[in-house]
Amino acid sequence: MNNNLDGRLLPHFEYNYAMSLTLTNKDQEMLDGTHGRAVQMAMSILVQMADVYNADELLDISAAHIDSTIYIGESGMEYAERLAELGARVVVPTTLNVSGLDEHHWQEWPVPNEWASNAHRQMLAYQSMGAVPTWTCAPYQTVYRPVFGQQISWGESNAIVFANSVIGARTERYPDLLDICCAITGRAPAAGLHLTENRAGEILLNLVDIPSELEEADVFYPVLGHLVGKLAGDRIPVILGLGTNPTSDQHKAFGAASATSGQVALYHMVGITPEATTLETAFQGKTPRFSIDITMADLISAKHELTTDYGSMLDMVALGCPHFSLDEFSNLVQLIEGKNKNPAVQMQITSNRDMIKQAKSLGYYDKLARFGAKFTVDTCILATPMLGPEIKTLMTNSGKYAYYTPGLLGKNIVFGSLEDCVASAVSGRVVNDESKWKI
Amino acid sequence: MENLIIGNPVVPGSAQGQVLAADEPISFWGGYDHLTGEITDRRHPLSGQNAAGKILAVPFTRGSSTTTTVLLEAVRSGTAPAAIITTGVDSFFALASIVAKQMYQISLPIIAITMAEFSQLQTNANLSIEKNGEIHIQ
Repeated sequence: MNNNLDGRLLPHFEYNYAMSLTLTNKDQEMLDGTHGRAVQMAMSILVQMADVYNADELLDISAAHIDSTIYIGESGMEYAERLAELGARVVVPTTLNVSGLDEHHWQEWPVPNEWASNAHRQMLAYQSMGAVPTWTCAPYQTVYRPVFGQQISWGESNAIVFANSVIGARTERYPDLLDICCAITGRAPAAGLHLTENRAGEILLNLVDIPSELEEADVFYPVLGHLVGKLAGDRIPVILGLGTNPTSDQHKAFGAASATSGQVALYHMVGITPEATTLETAFQGKTPRFSIDITMADLISAKHELTTDYGSMLDMVALGCPHFSLDEFSNLVQLIEGKNKNPAVQMQITSNRDMIKQAKSLGYYDKLARFGAKFTVDTCILATPMLGPEIKTLMTNSGKYAYYTPGLLGKNIVFGSLEDCVASAVSGRVVNDESKWKI
Repeated sequence: MENLIIGNPVVPGSAQGQVLAADEPISFWGGYDHLTGEITDRRHPLSGQNAAGKILAVPFTRGSSTTTTVLLEAVRSGTAPAAIITTGVDSFFALASIVAKQMYQISLPIIAITMAEFSQLQTNANLSIEKNGEIHIQ
C-alpha cells in the first residue's frame, strides 16, 4: 500500500475514459475540479464506470439511494470519509440504506466496540453529505418512494428490483461506492436499465398448474423469487400465469429473493407490473428466446433449498428482511393475539426508525414487545454483528435472510411462512406447515 | 502447450496465478470472507476454497450491491484474488477495481471473455494475464 507519512492516502484521480463518451461542459468542469475535489473524485469514478457500461453519455438523475452505508471494514469507511473530507454534498434527494449499527440498542448485543465506532463514523460521513438518515433497505416504504419513469440511482439489490419492476422507476443495478458518486454529481451513465430498449423481457417463465391458494399465500413469493433468480441468472424474467395480484409486501419478498439467488434488477409479471400490460409489451414485441415452465415440483424443491437445517431446534425467529412494513406489523400482531412466546426462542424484528415510530403510534410495537419480540432499528442481523455464538439456528420467512445467513453468519436457517415462524416461537420447536406444498 | 484467449480488459492489468473456476455466479457479500479470502457461500460450488492471490473465474456477480465493498476490503487486506475473469462485463467487479486503484494504488485486473472461452478455464491451471487482455493458459 502506498501510504504517505501521516498514514493517510493521497487522492489520486484517473482521467482515462473512452473517446466514445461525450461529456457536457458541466460534466467536464466537474471532472476538471471546477466544482470541488469531492465532485471531481465522484466524476472521475463515474466516467470510468461509464466506459465499463459502454455509455455514450451521462444522464440526469433526480434521486439516489445509498447502499454504501453498509459497513464491511475500514475501506468503506475510508472511502466515505475521503469524500466527506473533500466536501461532498449530495445534489438530489438521497436516502440511506441500512447502517452497520443500531445507534441506540447496539450495547444490548455483543457488537464489538471497534466495529460500533467505525460503523458510526461511516454513518456520520454519509449524513454529513446531506443525505436523509432513513437507514432502510426498503426506501420504497418511505415518502421518498420514486414514481413511474423517474431516473434514479439506487443501490441495494431488493430496492433496485422493487423500484424498476413494481414502480417502473429506472435505475441500473448500482453497486456500493458508485451510488454516492451519482448522488454527488446528479449524473449517471446513460446505460442499462435507464434506457427503454434494455428493459425488455429476456426469458419467459410460465407458471403451470399452481393452486390459487398457494399463489395467494405470502410464503409463495420468496420461494418463487428464489427459483426465478436461479432460472433467470442475468436475464430479465417475465412471469406469466400468476392468477392473483400480489400485494406490495409479496412483491418485496419476491424481488428480494430473486435479486439474491440471481442478478434480477427488473422483472415483469404479465398483467400485473406497469411495463407488462401484455406479454407482447413485456418483451417489447420481440419473441422470447428462452422459455421455461415452473411447476409445483420446481417450487417444492426451491423451498427445500432455502432451509439448511431439518432438525426441530431453533434459537431465534428473525423477521423484517427487507425491513418490516406497517402491514407486516399488523399481520404479525393478529397472529400473536392471545399467545405467549416460548422463552427458549427469541424473536427479532428489523425495521427502520420511522417505521418503528409508526408501529409504536398504532400500538403494534407494545403488543409485540409484550409477546417478547425485540427490535433492531436501522440495520439488520446480516449488517451488524449482533448475534452471539449461542444462536445456532434461525427461522425466517425471508428468502434473502435464508440465502445469506449460512454464508454471512455461519448459522443454520429454517425457512417457513410467517404463521410457521409464530407457531415455532410459541412452541419453542420448529413448526413447518407443508400442507400447501404438496403435488 | 499454451492456449491463448484474447479477453476484453475491462480494468487492465497484469497478473499470474492458478485459476479457481466455477459456472455459478457469486455474491461477495455473504459469499467471500474478506478476512481470509475463503469463499463462504455454502450453496456455491467453490464453497470452502480460498481465492486469495488466485485468479477467480465466475460468470457474473449475483445478489448484493455490497459485493463491491467486500472486494475493496479484500484488496485493502491483501486477501483479494489476483485477477477476476467473467463472461461479459461485470460492473460490480470493475467498480471495486477502479476504486481500489484510486484509494490504494493497487491493481486488480478484471477481464471479460466469452462463455465458450470461459469453458476452457479449468481449476488449477496456471494463467498469465497481460495488460492488453491476453490470457495465456499454461
